[in-house]
Amino acid sequence: MSKLVAFAAIQGGYNIISTVEGEYKKALETYDASTKVGFPNTAYYLPVIYSLLGHKVETLEDIKKPLEFARGLLPPHVKGSNHLPYLGPLLDAGMAALLAFEIKEALRYLNEPDFYFHSEDPDTDAGKIWLGAADDTVFRKRGVEFVDGSAPGFAAIVGAAPDPETAKMIVEDYQRRSLYIFLAAGHNGTSVAEQLLAADVQIGWNTRIVPFGPYISSAIFALGFANRAAMAFGGVQPGDHKKMLLYNKERIFAFVNALGDVGTEWGAAAAGCVNWGFPTLADTDIPEVLPTGICTYEHVVANVSHEEMCQKSVEVRGLKVTVSEIEIPCSFGPAYEGERVRGADLYAQCGGGKTQCTELVKMAEMNEIEDGKVIVDGPDIDKLKEGDTFPMGIYVQIAGREFQSDFEPILERQIHHLINYIQGIMHIGQRDISWVRISKAAIEKGFTLKDIGVVLHAKFHQDFQKIVDKVQVTLITDKKKVADLTKRARGEYKMRDERVEKMTDEDVETFYSCTLCQSFAPTHVCTVSPERTGLCGAYNWMDCKASFEINPTGPNQPIEKGDCLDTKLGRFKGVDEFIQKASRGAINTYNFYSMVHDPMTTCGCCECIAAMLPSCNGVMTVNREFAGETPCGMKFTTLAGVMGGGASSPGFVGHSKFNITQRKFISGDGGLLRMVWMPKMLKEEIKERLDRRGEELGVKNFSDMIADETVATTEDEVLAYLQEKGHPALDMDPLIG
Amino acid sequence: MAEEKVKTAKAKKVADPQKASMDPATQQMILRAQELGVETVFDRAETMKPCNIGIQGTCCKNCAMGPCRLPMPKTGIEGQDERKGLCGATANTIAARNFSRMVAAGAAAHSDHGRTVAEVFLSVARKETEDYKIKDPIKLMAIAPHFGVKTTVEVDGEEKDRDIDEVAVEVAEKALAEWGKPEGELTYLKRAPKPLYERWKKLGELPRNIDREVVDIMHRTHMGVDQDYKNIVKQCTRAALADGWGGSMIATDLQDVMFGTPYPLQSEANMGVMKADHVNIIIHGHEPVLSEMIVAASQMPEMIDYAKEKGAKGIQLGGICCTGNEILQRHGVPPAGTFLQQELAIVTGACDAMVVDVQCVFQNLANVAKCFHTKLITTHPMAKMEQENVHHIEFDEHHALDDAKRIVKMAIDNFNNREAEVMIPNIKSTQIAGFGVESIEYHLGGTFRGSYYTLNDNIINGRIRGIAGVVGCNNARTRHNEAHIKLVKELIKNDVIVLTTGCNGIACGMEGLLTPETAAVYCGPGLAEVCETVGIPPVLHLGSCVDNSRILLAATEVVKAGGLGKDIQDLPAAGAAPEWMSEKAISIGQYFVASGVYTLFGVNLPVEGAPVFKDYLFNGCEKIYGGKWDLVADPIEMAHKMIAHIDTKRKELGIDKARERVLMDMADRQKLESA
Repeated sequence: MSKLVAFAAIQGGYNIISTVEGEYKKALETYDASTKVGFPNTAYYLPVIYSLLGHKVETLEDIKKPLEFARGLLPPHVKGSNHLPYLGPLLDAGMAALLAFEIKEALRYLNEPDFYFHSEDPDTDAGKIWLGAADDTVFRKRGVEFVDGSAPGFAAIVGAAPDPETAKMIVEDYQRRSLYIFLAAGHNGTSVAEQLLAADVQIGWNTRIVPFGPYISSAIFALGFANRAAMAFGGVQPGDHKKMLLYNKERIFAFVNALGDVGTEWGAAAAGCVNWGFPTLADTDIPEVLPTGICTYEHVVANVSHEEMCQKSVEVRGLKVTVSEIEIPCSFGPAYEGERVRGADLYAQCGGGKTQCTELVKMAEMNEIEDGKVIVDGPDIDKLKEGDTFPMGIYVQIAGREFQSDFEPILERQIHHLINYIQGIMHIGQRDISWVRISKAAIEKGFTLKDIGVVLHAKFHQDFQKIVDKVQVTLITDKKKVADLTKRARGEYKMRDERVEKMTDEDVETFYSCTLCQSFAPTHVCTVSPERTGLCGAYNWMDCKASFEINPTGPNQPIEKGDCLDTKLGRFKGVDEFIQKASRGAINTYNFYSMVHDPMTTCGCCECIAAMLPSCNGVMTVNREFAGETPCGMKFTTLAGVMGGGASSPGFVGHSKFNITQRKFISGDGGLLRMVWMPKMLKEEIKERLDRRGEELGVKNFSDMIADETVATTEDEVLAYLQEKGHPALDMDPLIG
Repeated sequence: MAEEKVKTAKAKKVADPQKASMDPATQQMILRAQELGVETVFDRAETMKPCNIGIQGTCCKNCAMGPCRLPMPKTGIEGQDERKGLCGATANTIAARNFSRMVAAGAAAHSDHGRTVAEVFLSVARKETEDYKIKDPIKLMAIAPHFGVKTTVEVDGEEKDRDIDEVAVEVAEKALAEWGKPEGELTYLKRAPKPLYERWKKLGELPRNIDREVVDIMHRTHMGVDQDYKNIVKQCTRAALADGWGGSMIATDLQDVMFGTPYPLQSEANMGVMKADHVNIIIHGHEPVLSEMIVAASQMPEMIDYAKEKGAKGIQLGGICCTGNEILQRHGVPPAGTFLQQELAIVTGACDAMVVDVQCVFQNLANVAKCFHTKLITTHPMAKMEQENVHHIEFDEHHALDDAKRIVKMAIDNFNNREAEVMIPNIKSTQIAGFGVESIEYHLGGTFRGSYYTLNDNIINGRIRGIAGVVGCNNARTRHNEAHIKLVKELIKNDVIVLTTGCNGIACGMEGLLTPETAAVYCGPGLAEVCETVGIPPVLHLGSCVDNSRILLAATEVVKAGGLGKDIQDLPAAGAAPEWMSEKAISIGQYFVASGVYTLFGVNLPVEGAPVFKDYLFNGCEKIYGGKWDLVADPIEMAHKMIAHIDTKRKELGIDKARERVLMDMADRQKLESA
C-alpha cells in the first residue's frame, strides 16, 4: 500500500527536517556563519545538494538556502480518507529528507572532525570502522570501475542482518557479482559492517564493502558518490536535476536493501532514493510499491528472504551480472582484487624480494600443449608450513588460430588482477618482480597452487574467446627451474620493450578509438596511437589492436589516420572525420601532440591532467592520487571538473602517466622539456624514465629540475626554482604566441 | 367546447423521476417540483418531442425558399438518392451545412469566452484594474514563448529575466490578436505534436485567426456557396481547431495565469452542498471572470458578518455547469449539480441568488425563480432574459469586485425572504478535483522526477490499458447521468484511466467516482494498483469545457514522454461525450477528431438523414486525420468500442503482449544514447 508508505515517509521527512534545523541552529550559535563546512577533499561541495540544486555549500551560512528549500519540499500530511495524490509529495518528502541528511553529515564533520576515518580502509584495531564520504581521489579511482563496467553498480545496505553469517552471505553474494556494497545505519544495536567484521570479512574500499557510517543519514554518501560520477564522467551539469536523476536511473545500477525494521526515517530515505530510480528491497513485511515508472521496475519490494536478496535485487533493478563460476575452493571476482593478506593472516608467500617470482605468457603451437592442463612442477602448497616462502614461476602457454605474439604481454598483464580476484590471495607486481601472498583462510578452504592455473585457464578462455583456443599453465616451484624461467623471461621482456619503444605514430597507418567510457561519458572519444596511450593509462595502442581483434564490434575501433594535416601538432584527416562522427558533431578536430591548440578531449577518468603555467613558459601535470594544491591554482579534482566530460579545453589536457615519457608527449608545444612541476609522488614513480627521456633530449638529471610541492605550490615559486636549476623551459620559445 | 373539456380533464404529462434521472437527489427534487407545481426540463421532455427531421440534420432553413425538409424515407433509399432542396442542395450538403453551423456556434461560444478572458488579462497587464492579479507568473512565463514573447532580455551581454509586466502586456496583446490577425496562422498550433501540425499544414487546414474561421462557416453555408460536404468538413476542422487549439486553450491558459493553475483539492458535489442555514449563492454558466470575484467577495469578513447579521450562519457558494467547474478547480467551491439540475437548485427554496453568465442557462430559470424568493441575476451584456423578475448587473472588469460584492449583498439581503419550505436533498459526495496538465505531471513523480513517462510506463506494461477522455453535457432526452456513469465505470473496470471535464466531471463527482478510494471498488486490478501508487482517483477532473484544451495538451505530453508513438493518433486513447446536447460539443468533437482521436457521441447526431456525409465523418475522416466520429447510444457498447480501439492501438504499438523484464549488462549500457 503506497498510501501507508507515503504516510510514514512524509512524517519521517518532517522529523528529519526538524531535527536538522535544530542542529543547524545550534551550529550557528556555536560557530561563526562564515565557518567552512564540507566533506574532505572534494571539488563537489556537498555533492547531492550541489548536483541537484546547483548550490555550493562552503560555509555554515550557505546551508541556509538548501535547508529552506528542503523544508519547502515537505508536502501536507496524507489524510486517512479522501486524500490528495501522494506519489509526487512522497518523492518530494524523500528528497527533502536526503538533502537534510547531507546537511546533517556536513554538520557532523564540523562538530566531530574525527568521527569518520578518512581512509580507504577502516582501522579496526583502533575501532575506527566508519569511513564517511568518499573523497575525490577514491571516487575517481572507483568511479572508473563503474565507467569501464568492472563494477556494474552498488547495493546500499542499511541496518543489520539477523546474524553475522547472514550478513556475510548477502554481502559475498554481491561481491561475487562485482557490485560495490555501501553500508549505513544499524538495527538491534549492530550493523552489517560490524557483523562482517565479526565474521572476519575484510571491509573497506579495497574489498568493495564500504562502511559509510552508523546512521541512516550516512547513506547519503552513496548518493553523493553516484551524483559525482554523473558530473565527472557523464558531463551532467550541476543543477540539472532532471538529467542528473535520469542519468542515475539509466546508467548507475544501484538499489537499497533494508535489513531490519523500516521506520519513518528509513521510509523517507527509501522514498528519496526512488527519485534516483533506486528501488528498495526489504527483509521485513512493509507495504510494497510495485507499479513501475519512476524506477525501471518495482519501487519497493518486501519480505525478501536473505537467500534471495541479491538475486532479487539485481532483477528488480534490471541489472544483468555474470558470476564467474570457476572450479576452485575460494570465491572469485573483482571485488576481491583489493583485498589484502596481512601479516597475521599470511600462510605462505613467494616473490616480494624474499624469493623469485616470475610470470611469462608465450604463444605455443596447437599440438604442443593440452588445453586445461595445469602442471605443478615442484612441491605444492601442502608441502609448506605456515610462514614459509617459496619461489614460483607462472608459465602460461597459449595456442590459437588467431593468436599473435603481440598479444602475449596483454594476456600476461591479466595475471595480476586474475590472481587477485581469488578470495584470500593477494598479488602485487608483474613480470619478474611479482609477489604472491596466500592467506590462512584460503588454505583452510583448500586452496592449492593448481587453482592459479585453473583460474588463468578459465578466465583467458572467457575473456579472450576469439584469440584463445588452448591454454596450458605450468606452476614451477623448483628453485632452479624458476631461475631458468626467469632468465628466459627477461630476454623476452627486453625484446618486447624494444619493439614497443621503437614503434612510432609514423610507423602505423591505423590508430584506435576507445569509447569504453561512453556508457558514462556519452560524447567522449579517445584516440590511441603508439605514442599516445589512452589517458586512463589502461590502454595502449597494442591493447586496443588486440581488443579490436578479440571483439571487432567493441569499443576499440580502427581509425585510418589518413593524411597528416599538421605534423608538428599531430592532426590527421581520418581522425578528424572519425571524431566528428563519434562525438555527434560536438568536436570537429583535435591535435595529438599539443595541449595549447585544440587538445584531445578528456573524460573524467584520466590519470593525470597537464595545465599551462604561462609565467614559467612551461607546463605542470598532476596525478589523480595527489590531493594537494598545484601551482595552477586548482587541485586535480577541480581541474577534472573544469575540463572533463568530453570537452577539448585549450591549455589543459588529460593524459596517462606513461605518456609523459613518450616521445610525442606535447611535442607540438616543445615536448617533455616544458615540464616544470609535478607532484613528488609522480616524479618518483617515473623518475627513471624521466631521466632517460631527458637525456635523449640532451638534459641530464631532468627529474631534479622539475619542481614539486615540497619546493613550490605557486607559479612564482616554481619560476624561482626553475631559475635556480637552469630549467630548459626558460630558454624555449614562448608557449603561447 | 367538448374538445376543450377533454383537454382540461387530461392532466399535464410530467416526468417519472426514476426514469428521468439516476441521481437520487435529482429524483427527489423532480418530485418536489412536481408537488409544488413547478415545471422543469424533465417534464417538458415528456410533452415536447424533438423535431423528426431536424434530428436527422436534413432540414434547411438557410433561405426563404425553404425551410426545405429532406427526411430519410422510412424504407430507406434504394438506388440513387433523389432528395433535393429547392436550390438542388443534397441531403449531404444540408446536413454538412447544419453540422458546420453547430461547429461555428460552438467554436464561437468557447472562443468568445476566451476573448473576454484575454481582454480582462490585457486590463490586468496594463494595470487598468486592481481586482485581478497575475496569480501564476510561472505559467505566464511558460506560455509566453508560444506567443513568440521573450521571457529574458540581454543586459550588458547577460541574459536576465524580463520584467513580468512587460511580458504580460505583450502576451495579452499577442493573445488578443489571435482573434483577428490579418495574416499567418494561430500560434498555439505548434504546441501539437509535430506530425499532427504537419498534417494540418499539408491539408491546408491551419486556422488563420479565430473569428475568421467562424465567419467563414457562416459565409460558406449561406445559400448557394459551398455545396461539397467534404470541403465543408475541411472548414469545420479549421473552425474547431481555432477553438480547441485556439480560443479554448487561450481561455484556459490566461485563466490559469490570472486565477491560478488548478492543483488537486478536496471538495464535494451534488445539491446537498447547499445549506439551509446559510446564504446560498448558485453560480452558473461558463466564464469565471466574475465568479472569481464572487468567490473573493463571499469570503470577505465584512460580507460574512453581514450575512450573520441577517441571521445566516455564513455564505455557501455552489456551482452549476462550467463556471462551477472553474471555481471548483481553483477554489474547491462544490458543484451543486449538472446542467440538468439548474432549475432544481432553485426548487430547494434555499437558493438566495443564482448568478448566471453565458451558455447553457435555461430561460425557464426565470419562471422557476418566480415561484420562489430566488434572485436570478444575469451578468453578461450578451446574455439577458426577457422575464421581468430577472435582475441584470453587468460585469465590468474595472470594478469587478464592487459588482461581485453588490451581488453577494443582494443574496444576503434576500436570505430572510425565503417563503416556501426549504427542501435540500441530503445527498452529496466527496470528490478530489483540480487536476491539470501541470499537476498531473507533478503527481507522476514530484518536483524532481515529475513526468508523463510514469503514466506511459504503466500503459506500456499493461497495468493501464489506455486513456479515455469522457466529457460533455447532460441531455434531457436520456436518463440524466446514466450514460456518463455507466460508461466511465465500464472503462475503469477495464483498466482505462478517464480524464473528465464539464458535466461529466460533475456527474462523476456526484457518483463518488472522483475519490481515490473508488479505485479499489470499481477499477480493474492494474488501474487500481496504479491509482493506489499515485494516490489518485481513476477519473481525473480536468475542469470546464474550455479545459478540454487541457486534454489536448495532456495527450501531447503523453506523446512527448515517449514510448507510445509519435502522434496523438498513435495513442491507445479514445474520447466520448455520451450525453451531449450543446453545439460546443460538436466543435469539441471535431477538434478531437481532427487531432487524431476516435470520438464517440451518445444520444444521436444530426447526420442520420445524410448517409454519405455520415459515412464520411464516421469512416472517411480516419484516413485524413487519424481520428473519426462515431455514434453509440448504449454506454456499455460505447465503452467496448473505445476499448476495442485502444486494443488496436496497443497492438500497433507492439504493447499488446506482456512486457519482458530487460536485464542490462555493460554492453547494453554502452549502447545507451546520450541522456
